[in-house]
Amino acid sequence: MPREITYLDAITEAIAEEMRRDEKIFHLSTDAPGALLKEFGPSRVRQTPITESALTGMAIGAAGSGYRPIVDWRLVTFSFVAMDQIVNQAAKIHYMFGGQQKFPILFRTTVGGGTRRAAQHSQSPYSMFMNLAGLRQALPSTPYDVKGLTKAAIRDNNPVVMFESGRLGGLQGEVPDEDYTIPFGQADVKREGTDVTVVALAWLVHEALAAAETLAKEGISVEVIDPRSLVPMDAETIRRSVQKTGRLVVADEAGPTCSAAAEIISLATEDAATFKALQAPPARVCAFQVPIPYAPHLEDHVFPDRNRIIDGIRTVIGS
Amino acid sequence: MTVSPDMQRNMLRQMQTIRRFEEHASEGFLAGDIYGVVHCYIGEEAVAVGVCATLTREDKIISTHRGHGHCIAKGADLKRMMAELYGRETGYCKGKGGSMHIADFEIGMLGANGIVAGGISIITGAGLAAQMDGNGAVAVCFFGDGASNAGPFHESINIAASWKLPVIYVCENNLWAVNVPAENSLAVTDVAARAAGYGIPGKIVDGNDALAVYEAASEAVAHARNGGGPTLIECKTYRHRAHTERADQPDARPKAEIEAWMAKDPIDQLAAHLKGQQGQLTEDEWAAMDADVMSEVEAAIAFAKASPFPSTDSVSQDVFAD
Repeated sequence: MPREITYLDAITEAIAEEMRRDEKIFHLSTDAPGALLKEFGPSRVRQTPITESALTGMAIGAAGSGYRPIVDWRLVTFSFVAMDQIVNQAAKIHYMFGGQQKFPILFRTTVGGGTRRAAQHSQSPYSMFMNLAGLRQALPSTPYDVKGLTKAAIRDNNPVVMFESGRLGGLQGEVPDEDYTIPFGQADVKREGTDVTVVALAWLVHEALAAAETLAKEGISVEVIDPRSLVPMDAETIRRSVQKTGRLVVADEAGPTCSAAAEIISLATEDAATFKALQAPPARVCAFQVPIPYAPHLEDHVFPDRNRIIDGIRTVIGS
Repeated sequence: MTVSPDMQRNMLRQMQTIRRFEEHASEGFLAGDIYGVVHCYIGEEAVAVGVCATLTREDKIISTHRGHGHCIAKGADLKRMMAELYGRETGYCKGKGGSMHIADFEIGMLGANGIVAGGISIITGAGLAAQMDGNGAVAVCFFGDGASNAGPFHESINIAASWKLPVIYVCENNLWAVNVPAENSLAVTDVAARAAGYGIPGKIVDGNDALAVYEAASEAVAHARNGGGPTLIECKTYRHRAHTERADQPDARPKAEIEAWMAKDPIDQLAAHLKGQQGQLTEDEWAAMDADVMSEVEAAIAFAKASPFPSTDSVSQDVFAD
C-alpha cells in the first residue's frame, strides 16, 4: 500500500522501528522527540543538557560498552563545539586502537539554510567531515532515502553522520510499509537524461529536477544523480553518467571551496575514461563562499537554485 | 579500612611493575626503539594501583596521555603493551596507536587518550551504559589537574551528577599541566572543592599513599555501585620526571620541589609500610619481587623486539569496522 509521509516523519519512523528491534539503541538530544519519548520512555530517549561535546563523547563510551547510541546534535553548527570528540575521538578511535572495538553511533544533524537564522544557525559543512577518515556520512534528499539510510546507519558498526536537510523536513514522499535499508555508497539516478549530468545534493536535487523539467521543453535532456551517501561516494555511477552525457554540473548548497562538489568533479575528471568523454569543463553551482547572511534577499542570493542550475547547464552545453 | 598484607604485596608489585616498565620505556625511547613521545607515570603509581585494586574486570576505566600505569593496574598484558610502544603488529593497537593510545576493551580499559580532557565524557558514557545495564558496574575516569580546567570536566560531571551515573572521577593533581603550574591555572587550590558545585562528594587524598587512595576509592566505588552517583577524588601527587622523555622539552619545575616529592616516593612508602609489619616483607622478599618484575618486563621487551613490524598493507585496515 503506497503511502506518503514527510522527510522528518520518515526519520522518526526509521529510529522507532530500529529501537523496537534492538534494545541497545537509545537517543540522546537536547530535544527528546515526542513520538519516540512516548513509545520508549525517558531512559532510552533522553533529554540532555545543552552539551554537544559531552553527548558525543558519551555516545562513544556507551558504544564501546555494547550500546548503539543515537545523538542528535540538531543544527550542524552546534556540532562544532564537539569537534574534539568528533575528530579526535569518534573518527579515529576504531583505527587508533587497532580495530579491537566497534563504535556503532548515529550522529544526526540538520544542514542547510533558508530559515532566516543567519550564519550561526545555517551551514552545510559536510566537506569538513568528509575530510576525516572513519566517519560514514549521508545526505539524503527524499523521505524514502532518508528512512532507508537512517536504518542502515543505525545498523552500521561505525560512527555515521546523517546530514538531514533542514529545508526538506516537511517534504512528502512515498515510503513503503515494509522494512528496507539503503546501503551506503549507492547513488541514485533521480532522472535519466542524455545531454548533461547534474550531480545534486539534498535540496538541490529537487531544484535540479525542476531545472531538468524546464530544459526538457527546450529539448535538453538532463540526467540528475543524487549521491545520497557522501562517504563512501559512489564514483562509478557518476562516472558512468558523465561518460554517457559528456557534461557535468554539480549543484550544492555549500560553498565551493574544498567542497563535496569539488570532490565529485575530481572523482569524475581523474578517471581517464570519464575525462576523455568530457566535451566541456565541469561546472560547480554552489553557494557563495560567505557566512550565511540574515536579510531574506541576501540569504536567497547566496544559495544556488533551479535558475542558477539552468545557467550552469547552459554554460557547459554552450547554448 | 584494612587491606590484607597479601593485597598490599600485590599492590606493591603492580606499582613496581609500572615503574620498571616505564624505566625501560624511557630507555627504549632514548635508544630510538620507541618513537614519538613517552609520558612517564613514575611517582604517581599509587593512584592507578590504589584505585584499580577496588575494581573488577567488569568495571571500566579511561586514561590519559600518561596511561601506562592505568593499563597495568587494570591488568593489561605487558607484552602487548611493550609491543605497541615498539610499533609492532603484536601490540594492542597493531602498531597504529603507540604509547598514547593503548586500550584493552576486554579488561575494561577504554584507552589512553592523547587529548587533555578527551576521555572524560567517553567514560561518562560508559558509566551511563553501566547504569542502563543495571549490574552494579562502575566507570573510573583518570585525568590530571590540567584537564580539570577544561570544558569536558564540567559538562560530564554535571551530567553524571544529574543522572547519578556510577562514575568515579579521579583527578591526579601532579601540580603541573605540562609546564603550567597549577597555582597559576586553578582558581582554587583543591580540584576537589569543585565537587560542591555539582552536589557530589569531593575528597582529597594523599596520592602517594596507595592505601589511602584505596580507602577513598573503595568508598566512592561503593557509593556508585549503590546508586549514589559520582564522586570526585583528588589525589595529590607528583611526577618524578618531566612532562615527556624528550630531551628537547626542558622541565620547568623547581629542583627543590622535585626533590621534596622524590622523598615521598609511593613505592618506598608502601614497601616501608609492609616491612614495618612483622614478617610481611623482608628485604630479601622485596628484592625477589623486584627481580621477578624485572624478568617480566624483560620478557615483554624480548617479545616486542622479536615481533614483526606491521605490514604496510595493514595501513588501510580498520579505518571502518565491518
